[in-house]
Amino acid sequence: MQGNSATGCRVLCVASAGGHWVQLQRLRPAWDGCAVTYVTTRAGYEAQVAADAAARGQPAPRIRVVTEASRWQKLKLLRQLAELALILLRTRPQVVVTTGAAPGYFALLLGRRLGARTIWVDSIANAAELSASGARARRHADLWLTQWEHLATPDGPAYAGAVL
Amino acid sequence: MIFLTLGTQLPFDRLVRAVDEWCHARGRDDVFGQIAEPGDAGYRPRHFDWVAHLPPADYGARFAAARLIVAHAGMGSIITAMELGKPIVLMPRRADLAEHRNDHQLATARRFADRPGIHVVPDAAALARTLDRLSDRTGPAPHAVSPFADPRLIEALRSLIRPPRG
Repeated sequence: MQGNSATGCRVLCVASAGGHWVQLQRLRPAWDGCAVTYVTTRAGYEAQVAADAAARGQPAPRIRVVTEASRWQKLKLLRQLAELALILLRTRPQVVVTTGAAPGYFALLLGRRLGARTIWVDSIANAAELSASGARARRHADLWLTQWEHLATPDGPAYAGAVL
Repeated sequence: MIFLTLGTQLPFDRLVRAVDEWCHARGRDDVFGQIAEPGDAGYRPRHFDWVAHLPPADYGARFAAARLIVAHAGMGSIITAMELGKPIVLMPRRADLAEHRNDHQLATARRFADRPGIHVVPDAAALARTLDRLSDRTGPAPHAVSPFADPRLIEALRSLIRPPRG
């Protein structure tokens, strides 16, 4: 395979379990050939990720699970932040990609500070307005995207298509 | 088999009760539900088999085996139904009934209501009518969509992930 760290293609792909994760998976050709580490909030996706990589001739991605936290669970959010910091320090990604929500925001914030290029793809569930975490992610994102054309503005977020 | 799924986070008593009452009224025994944690005061179905949570592999197997999906208007449920070519009945969660923190599911349901195989219902009566109409329908399933996002979006990401060298 051409994809390894020598080609400058080490990617951290982050999404909460459930709908955010399903959307992240639909973007996976974007990091074909790269050394990929996935981060989510629930165990059990490993088999599916490994089988898909094998079927598509891709290097086997790694997958890490961090604490699940809603926006009101401050202690769990702190723990999630610390876990993501450790993962970022260990993997040193060149690019961080996320479809949300909280763990994606933290990964972008931390990744930016460690010199990574960062991509926020706001969930397609946010058809009426950008998500709260998406709005906050703006200043940490090199590429700041909405999946709804009517939510795009000249100052961002940009629209470049959707997962569906 | 009909598979009811509410996502991983919040219970949704209005939908669970509506499906339970439909099963009772029609004598159905072919519904299985993943209904999140009902809690002490939450509604527990009596007329179909259910679990609070399913590991991803089991969730995928239940989804693939079902002929019809009933769900909240969550993107995980909608996308999985479209990828597998399953008809899906959606009841959006409402913030005024404390079913979610805002009304984004109403917006989602409106945006996806015209896609093939997607049926949006506002309440229990409409759900029962729709299940009566769809539950024993035979004929072609909706066309399964590609497993990948819009190529434009993938290319936009790829141009930042692997910038052209030179």
